Amino acid sequence: MTVTTSAWAASAITARGLTKRFGATTAVDGIDLDIPAGTVFGLLGPNGAGKTTTIRILATLISADAGQATVHGYDVGRQAHQVRQLIGLTGQYASVDESLTGLENLVLIGRLIGTSRTDARRRARELLAQFRLADAGSRAVKTYSGGMRRRLDLAASLVGRPRVLFLDEPTTGLDPRSRAELWDTVRDLTASGVTVLLTTQYLEEADQLASQIAVIDAGRVIAQGTSARLKAQTGGDTLDEVFLALTGHGTSSAAIADDRQEVSR
Amino acid sequence: MTTLSPGPQLSARVAPLQAVQQTCSLAWRTLVQIKHNPFELVDFSVQPVMFLLLFVYVFGGAVGGSPHAYLQYVLSGVIVQNSLFTTLNTATGLSTDLDKGFSSRLRALPIARFAPLAARILADVAKQAWAIALLYAVGTIMGFRADTSVLAALAAAGLVLVCTLAFAWILVWIGMLMANPEKVQIFGFVMLFPLTFTSGAFVRTTTMPGWLQAFSKANPVTLLAEGARGLLVGGPVAVPVIESLLYAAGFITVFAPLAVLAFKRRA
Repeated sequence: MTVTTSAWAASAITARGLTKRFGATTAVDGIDLDIPAGTVFGLLGPNGAGKTTTIRILATLISADAGQATVHGYDVGRQAHQVRQLIGLTGQYASVDESLTGLENLVLIGRLIGTSRTDARRRARELLAQFRLADAGSRAVKTYSGGMRRRLDLAASLVGRPRVLFLDEPTTGLDPRSRAELWDTVRDLTASGVTVLLTTQYLEEADQLASQIAVIDAGRVIAQGTSARLKAQTGGDTLDEVFLALTGHGTSSAAIADDRQEVSR
Repeated sequence: MTTLSPGPQLSARVAPLQAVQQTCSLAWRTLVQIKHNPFELVDFSVQPVMFLLLFVYVFGGAVGGSPHAYLQYVLSGVIVQNSLFTTLNTATGLSTDLDKGFSSRLRALPIARFAPLAARILADVAKQAWAIALLYAVGTIMGFRADTSVLAALAAAGLVLVCTLAFAWILVWIGMLMANPEKVQIFGFVMLFPLTFTSGAFVRTTTMPGWLQAFSKANPVTLLAEGARGLLVGGPVAVPVIESLLYAAGFITVFAPLAVLAFKRRA
């Protein structure tokens, strides 16, 4: 087996001039990121700002039209296979198989990343227990509630013990209790050294979790810093207020065409 | 090379054996669904049997002289037609995975890019083996008699499965290009239906107009049906079998890379 460790970098995620166009729309327009390992970084922005597209590029699902990005020093385009061994991905589009049971879904992923049948089952049961799904493990996922689905999605992205976790709007549509639980999970993961990049439309969520926040509008980073700094700088308490102060327009007018692009996939 | 790096050991590419294991794991995922929903077995059993009954008892007398004589002719044709139509399910199944986001989950994993596609094809070919066995059984009850040997009958099934496996890559490629499962269904149907009917699968091509005969003679469905028929009830075997396998090799060579490329580029 070919093994390379030489590229390993302390920075978990870097991006330089990352750009992605869909037809005439520029969904991501020259984004720069520098995310230290073991931290939570929040991408904050309204629908269609380019958050999901950014994550899809970093998670090797689509290629950038321009610019460069790395995960722990591995190029997401040229060294996608190495990057995929380091990342986990959870989002509304990275789903599990609804007709399989929760256990089968997790075992399948374990088998795919090369664990033995015994180890894959052990890891799956461990994750089901951790996410309060032990009892539901033998039921088809289509019978799960929204919250259970989301917990299984997250469990699925943790099977391979990723160093970098992408969470695309992880709490959208969750009730407050499930949201608080997910936040706790994210904190536990960071405590164990995992880097988390999460996108959210809620300033409160970014506030709760992220040490650094980048506010995105129309594919560009328009402000970056700690949430305290952003609030102080803009005098806003919600994304709407921060956004209005930064852009002069509300969150709803942002790149409608881009929104369609992201929704259509 | 420096040993100070704190990073984990990462492989640079998927080893061939790993790719095979990944394909098998994903094929299991498609087949295990039958365990959860045994009615799926009925789904892909009813249609072939219905086609066989309708063709033999409705058209048999008019087309083949008698239902029994026609049964001897048409069983191989129905087997081929049914197998090729299954590739439509393969393509719509993959398109559904793209639609629902399961493919995104897979594509973010360090697995071979062709594994999700090959796995679905493999699983559907396995289902096809069941359908062929069923058609043999129902055909036998209806009075079909293989004039050759058990070995030849098995070879006929094997030939159809191998060619279906190759042919499926065309539909999978189409599935990767089309926006959603509905479009795959429509486009695939419009392609498969004429292709199977302008062949020698159901009738001798000699009564077709000249231009159609010319097309029909080169139609891979004709060759595959003739090859399977030769192995089952006698007739030319070598030429249609070899030509079918050449077609199969060509389909895999051209369309498997195209399908994988389209899968990788799928946003």
